[in-house]
Amino acid sequence: MSVTLKIDDKTVNAKEEMTILEAAKEADIEIPTLCYHEELEPYGGCRICIVEVEKGGRSSIVASCGYPVEDGLKVKTRSAKIDKMRKTMIELIAPTTGEIGGKLLTLAREYKADLYRFSSRVVVDPTKCILCGLCVRRCAASLWDNAVGFVGRGIYRRVVLFPEKSQNCGVCQICLEVCPTGKIPSTGPINSIPFIDDVLAGRK
Amino acid sequence: MKPVDAAEIVRSAKEGKIVDRLLYTDREGKKIEREIEIPFYKHQLRIVFGQNGLLDPRRIEDYIALGGYSALAKALFEMTPEQVLNEIKKSNLRGRGGGGFPAGSKWETTCNAPGEPKYVIINCDEGDPGTYKDRSLVEGNPHRVLEGLIIGAYAIGSRQGFIYVREEYPLAVENFGIALKQAEEYGFLGENIFGTDFSFHVKVHRGAGAFVSGESSALMNAIDGRLGEPRIKYVHTSTSGINGKPSNLNNAETWATVPLIIEKGADWFTSIGTEGSKGTKIFSLVGKVNNSGLIEVPMGITLGDIVYKIGGGIPKEKKFKGVQTGGPSGGVIPEQHLDTPVDFDELTKLGSMMGSGGMVVMDEDTCMVDMARFFANFLLEESCGKCIPCREGLRVLHKILSDICDGKGEDEDMQTIEDIAETMNEASLCALGTTATNPVLTTLRYFRNEYELHIKQKRCPAKVCKALIDYYIIPEKCQACLICLRNCPEGAVHGGKDMVHWIEQEKCTKCGSCYEVCNFDAVKKLSGELIPPPPPEGMKPLRKGRS
Repeated sequence: MSVTLKIDDKTVNAKEEMTILEAAKEADIEIPTLCYHEELEPYGGCRICIVEVEKGGRSSIVASCGYPVEDGLKVKTRSAKIDKMRKTMIELIAPTTGEIGGKLLTLAREYKADLYRFSSRVVVDPTKCILCGLCVRRCAASLWDNAVGFVGRGIYRRVVLFPEKSQNCGVCQICLEVCPTGKIPSTGPINSIPFIDDVLAGRK
Repeated sequence: MKPVDAAEIVRSAKEGKIVDRLLYTDREGKKIEREIEIPFYKHQLRIVFGQNGLLDPRRIEDYIALGGYSALAKALFEMTPEQVLNEIKKSNLRGRGGGGFPAGSKWETTCNAPGEPKYVIINCDEGDPGTYKDRSLVEGNPHRVLEGLIIGAYAIGSRQGFIYVREEYPLAVENFGIALKQAEEYGFLGENIFGTDFSFHVKVHRGAGAFVSGESSALMNAIDGRLGEPRIKYVHTSTSGINGKPSNLNNAETWATVPLIIEKGADWFTSIGTEGSKGTKIFSLVGKVNNSGLIEVPMGITLGDIVYKIGGGIPKEKKFKGVQTGGPSGGVIPEQHLDTPVDFDELTKLGSMMGSGGMVVMDEDTCMVDMARFFANFLLEESCGKCIPCREGLRVLHKILSDICDGKGEDEDMQTIEDIAETMNEASLCALGTTATNPVLTTLRYFRNEYELHIKQKRCPAKVCKALIDYYIIPEKCQACLICLRNCPEGAVHGGKDMVHWIEQEKCTKCGSCYEVCNFDAVKKLSGELIPPPPPEGMKPLRKGRS
């Protein structure tokens, strides 16, 4: 089954099981993402891929990576409102990452984000990690099964290595391919992600 | 009433007399004989949890004696599943857990969704500070909640149910477990219920105490054995929930209302309440109010009636300032809106929400900025941290509010708060993030002046924010009783016997001990005012009766 929707004034045909992001990709319409990977399930964590959808006269903001396409849907991938929100989110995440590069920096430039807007409000050791979960999810999907994972809640959340699984780690190095900030260097996660024991004991 | 009074009560009861000295006395000193005439109860309509006091929650026989499980029997023998579903739809019962989504439509979605098995779940993950209505229901009348669930399962076509209950509610876990066992023994649960071919089982799932796990997708993740955090869902859990199967989740109070509707009919139910909100609602009435506790009121009663008629007004003749409805992410409603009826849509219009039924009354001594900071802190600690707007937005929001309370607020802070709030409201992954800004946004809307005073004049009008207040002893009132001097942990109070006391401001940590202990009302809090100089050395107190 195929559905027809409108993305930024372009009429797009998409398969019923597709998300807005996938449909946009096929139609060569760019929607920025940080936590999306085409081989993994949508996560909805970074919220950078938000778009405005209009359905039955009512418009709302949704994350395009998870929102299924519908017949007659009108999608706006850029608007003053969306740009402002993307800018705010980049500004909010910037102080926790420290010096940024890669995709995040490109986005920051495009949306004219002031990376130091909240730096006086957020006093933390920058980690270079935006908690997109790509490494965690990619690892879970690989044969090594959850060598890296999340611990902690809210602002205490972080990515750690689980010792009992770590002997396998460093073999596939897939996690460093998906990391959007360069936190995981070519030497692999072992050197850049702390062990859970060290984190729990407060050593790292 | 004390245990020693028991003998006298029994004796009087035998003679059909009333023990006059133990009667409830109202504010005017009038003695009241019947519970229903006590103002706290008079304005309530306790149809959902009114039975709590009449039965032993561990005896199914008590519940049956009060008509329990007759609604289930009616549903099974006199109604088809479609009829049950239609009755709930007709009743316009809306979810009592916060969202207010029509329960009937939700049931229908799960019922019609492809995929087997289908699940039904009781949400008893009540994590709001100061809210305990679900606890009271599951602890005090577990069969009522269970009966609702079984009826729902029959209507939806489910064979497996769950109750998700907080580990912090051990008595609820225990009582519900007992209820399950007893219901099975009586044949109300398990295989071939009431001898029909309808079978249904229930499992207890104990939550590990995360506030966010009350969110539907997070709750189902937890039941699935995964991390209890929300998942991206534009396909609702009623279509794809536990194990990816259709799963219908309702709050414990919603389930407890179901047997009533089946027993008395949707027409009876819709005769109570407002156009858009039917039936009754249970609230945890707490805070600066004379009568606090769980109350059940018909929808449509005004907030003012709840605060003044049921709550008996504000203690110590203080002035009412605001009432926060809907738990930590609810908004604060000010005095000019006290005539607002309790109704899902009306509360939302004011920037607050029905939420799970928290109702915190605040008096003039509450600082609205400090209050917003408190709830931002709660939500910051409870945010799962999965999405950027909620995790980072709350971090910055909390810091800005703390700075304002600490006298470090800047002119552009209110605009910054609104910017962050807009992004959080629209872009967050789940309702924790999208509603987290309600307390700060409503206080900005209704008490903007207070923010401005904090930021521009470094003044806290409610005299709460420590950094913005000073303690001062009024020399003319001080009786030199030494009590504050002895209680000051910092040795900041000077003076002595027969010498007026004064506070050395540099040493004062603003703990407020002197203010608490003074019997002569001589200690005053100042904010944004010049502190008068200390009295002349050796000044004698002005005693009453002396000139």
